[in-house]
Amino acid sequence: MTALLRVQDLRVRFPVVGSLMARLTGTKEPFIEAVCGVSFEIRKGETLAVVGESGSGKSTIARTLIGLKAAASGSIRFDGQEIGTLSVTERKPYLRRMAMMFQDPVGSLSPRLTVRSLLTEPFRIHGLKDRDADAEAARLLHMVGLPADFARRYPHQLSGGQARRVGVARALALNPDLIIADEPTAGLDVSVQGEVLNLLTRLQTELGIAILIITHNLNIVRHIADRTGIMYLGRFVEMGATDEIFRQPRHPYTEALLSANPNPDPDAVLNRIELKGEVPSVLNRPSGCEFHTRCQYAQEICRRVSPETTSNSVNPTHSFKCYFPLQLTLLSAFENRRLPAPGG
Amino acid sequence: MQPLIRAFGKNSDMASVEFIPAQVRKEPGAARTFLRQLGKNRLGTLGAVLVLILLSSAVFAPLIITHDATRIMVGPRLADPSSEFWLGTDQLGRDTFSRMIMGGRIPLLVAFASLGSSLVVGLALGLIAGFGPRWLDNLLLFLFDTIRSFPGIIFALAVIALLGPSMSSVILVIAITSMPIYARVVRTQTQALRNSEFVAAERSMGAGTTRILVFHMLPNVIGPLLILVSMDVPAVIAVEAGLSFLGMGVRPPTPDWGAILNEGYSNIQQSAWLVIAGGIPIVMATLGFTFLGEALRDIFDPKLRKYL
Amino acid sequence: MLLYLCKRLVLAVTISVTAVTLLFLMIHAVPGDIASILLGPRATPEMKAQLYQQMGLDKPLVVQLATFFGGLLHGDLGFDVFSQRPVADIVLEQLPYTLELILASILWAAAIAIPLGCYSAVRRNSAMDHIVGVMAVSTIAIPSFVMAVYALLIFAVSLRWLPAIGAGEGFADELIHLLLPSFAVGVGWVGYIARLLRASMLETLGENHIRTVRAFGVSEWRVITRYALPLAILPTVTILGVGIAWLLSAAVFVEVVFARPGIGALIVQAVNSRNYPIVMGTVLVTTFLIVIATTVSDLVNAALDPRIREEL
Repeated sequence: MTALLRVQDLRVRFPVVGSLMARLTGTKEPFIEAVCGVSFEIRKGETLAVVGESGSGKSTIARTLIGLKAAASGSIRFDGQEIGTLSVTERKPYLRRMAMMFQDPVGSLSPRLTVRSLLTEPFRIHGLKDRDADAEAARLLHMVGLPADFARRYPHQLSGGQARRVGVARALALNPDLIIADEPTAGLDVSVQGEVLNLLTRLQTELGIAILIITHNLNIVRHIADRTGIMYLGRFVEMGATDEIFRQPRHPYTEALLSANPNPDPDAVLNRIELKGEVPSVLNRPSGCEFHTRCQYAQEICRRVSPETTSNSVNPTHSFKCYFPLQLTLLSAFENRRLPAPGG
Repeated sequence: MQPLIRAFGKNSDMASVEFIPAQVRKEPGAARTFLRQLGKNRLGTLGAVLVLILLSSAVFAPLIITHDATRIMVGPRLADPSSEFWLGTDQLGRDTFSRMIMGGRIPLLVAFASLGSSLVVGLALGLIAGFGPRWLDNLLLFLFDTIRSFPGIIFALAVIALLGPSMSSVILVIAITSMPIYARVVRTQTQALRNSEFVAAERSMGAGTTRILVFHMLPNVIGPLLILVSMDVPAVIAVEAGLSFLGMGVRPPTPDWGAILNEGYSNIQQSAWLVIAGGIPIVMATLGFTFLGEALRDIFDPKLRKYL
Repeated sequence: MLLYLCKRLVLAVTISVTAVTLLFLMIHAVPGDIASILLGPRATPEMKAQLYQQMGLDKPLVVQLATFFGGLLHGDLGFDVFSQRPVADIVLEQLPYTLELILASILWAAAIAIPLGCYSAVRRNSAMDHIVGVMAVSTIAIPSFVMAVYALLIFAVSLRWLPAIGAGEGFADELIHLLLPSFAVGVGWVGYIARLLRASMLETLGENHIRTVRAFGVSEWRVITRYALPLAILPTVTILGVGIAWLLSAAVFVEVVFARPGIGALIVQAVNSRNYPIVMGTVLVTTFLIVIATTVSDLVNAALDPRIREEL
């Protein structure tokens, strides 16, 4: 299957100081790189989860894909067409085929519009005047399991879960090929989270939509994602099939994240790996492997040279960025848990 | 009126959303809720009554007056009130009561025209400043600050010196000087809203800047702005009357409260009636609109105070 | 604070320069021929040409503007062809009368508002407190010229207690002539100041040091006048800067009503005779006055409240 969305070496920067101030004070790098050199692809109908702590740049990726933020370099190809360099008007046809759901369910709905107007806003934006607004609104509400009379309500009259459903319905309005969901369960009760996730998976199987889900909630990832990418300071440190990552994490950061995730099984042995220290600031990135400041396995080389992306010898779709990846359990019976440093 | 209260309500939404839905449709009509709240505010009620009296007397003025307001020598000069001339006559023998009733039309018209145009311009510039690039924002802010540093009535007099005394000069001057505050308020709110998620959501759907400004920003900033404008009505009436009082407003013989007060002032040694007929309506109008404006703000937007 | 001071001063200067430029362009955008307006319909072409040269109107606009700014730096506001005197002299001659009036009205307002504000803070929800609440919004709404005309009608014409017109001669006479006009201006602020004072007084009275003073058995009167008032009045003082524009506008009308000399009387007269140099000079001087007042009040506010410094 071909990739619906292929992102290669994407970099996104934010200015730290004004360009004038930068020139005056002689700051050489007036930018911070929120996303530095990210590559991934999403196939049709597939769900990719991007996981990371706050500030790891995962939301920035979403915003760059949809065109809210300009990429500093790299390529974004949607269905074979480069869209990263398109102007706002040129991008518009592609925005019909991608839809984004934002973190804040209520806040992402324009407060003075009724649900009916909110749902039919995509039609009006893209000049589809022939559609019957009432019928479309009713159809979309039905799809997400809300009664038709919700069309008359305003966002502030909706609960978080209802607003999220309206958000899903709006994302579906134009039958997109890809939905980018930024923290789709943020701010929702656990029971409502489940409903929303079930809704998303149901619609995905029914409509064959690809979903890029951005979250820090590992339970969601396990629940719905086909593949998972783990981000740290604007880079993927590990990416692969969700099952595999959960069963066999290779990067120490992934291992730590997974161990921090509460396990509902009361008999499970709690073997939590505490990460030392704070997340380093992207303003002041650590040298070498950026995770070395918090990594319990860090060695000398990690402090000096950044590791390349390596693929798993058994499964080439599982890649990671570490000199000393966690051993596969099959081998670990024979050798040390850690592999010796390559060439050193 | 729910939407108006929600003007700044992004933060409060999360807390309150959960309990609202059940009662949504049982809510009484917005107009009725508003009237009930206004009724509880005694000063507001007084203001509303005064404003209603003034507005209706201005609208139905031709039906109310007893004499032609501009015809001279319908009676003796500077006569005291009588059954024929309810408020006496002026120095040209015109009926003061009729002039007073007709005199309310100009101030209200000036207030409507000047604040209306100033609202539109202020709204547009405020949206541009709040949504546009940083340099444009700074430039516009600077322009607003400069206009605000002009000395009120003295600046108005200077403009009138240039354009000649007339009603349109008065409207222009008031529109220019009241615009910066509106623009600033709109800018502040637009800036607060421009980074909100719903704007990002609209952009992500492909909405253009014009669409976002007109359909998504405007409805959110217009409510508080209208309240601000309503609170400026008394000041505009005062300026209009003041300029007429100085002979810089409407030209004679058009009846106008300020002009009547001036005639009364010139003849203050002979008769106090003209001063009363010119001054009382001005006081009624300024107080009425002030009380009503304060009440509107308290009902719809108690937070507005901090923007001033 | 130093950074804020610098930024605020730069802002004040740039605003002044922009204001002057705008005013200058405005005057020059006037429809019609300035010379014929100034000289009247019977002016000969030679007279006009001479006036043009005298006022520098024959040069390009940019040069005129530059010359004008050059003059401003030397305190030169132009030349009045009617009285054959420099505009600056005429305006500065009238300015003291207006400043005197404004100062006296602030005193009037303070004299009435401070007791009212203190009383309504101490006796909260009393009848007086409610009246102050209503006054806070109403006195400032009533135009000063209506106040002035009514004050004139009652105290000068009907009761004949006070002189009606002019500025008087000699210190005592001047003071008496000042009473009524400054009352008419000051009364507008009474409600406003009383309300502000009430709010800050309530805040001050709730503070710990006031409670300590009370615990020492100091009389309530002394607590309010000696301990609370000096602190509570501070925020009120800073609104003077913002209010100066309002006071100036009010003063214009009141000067006309009471036939007092001053900036207001000057500009009304100049507008009536279309004496543009005087109009321009008056607007400039008052604009500077306002810029200075708002700058000073911003600086005082910033000194009192560090949060404000962040905003510029």
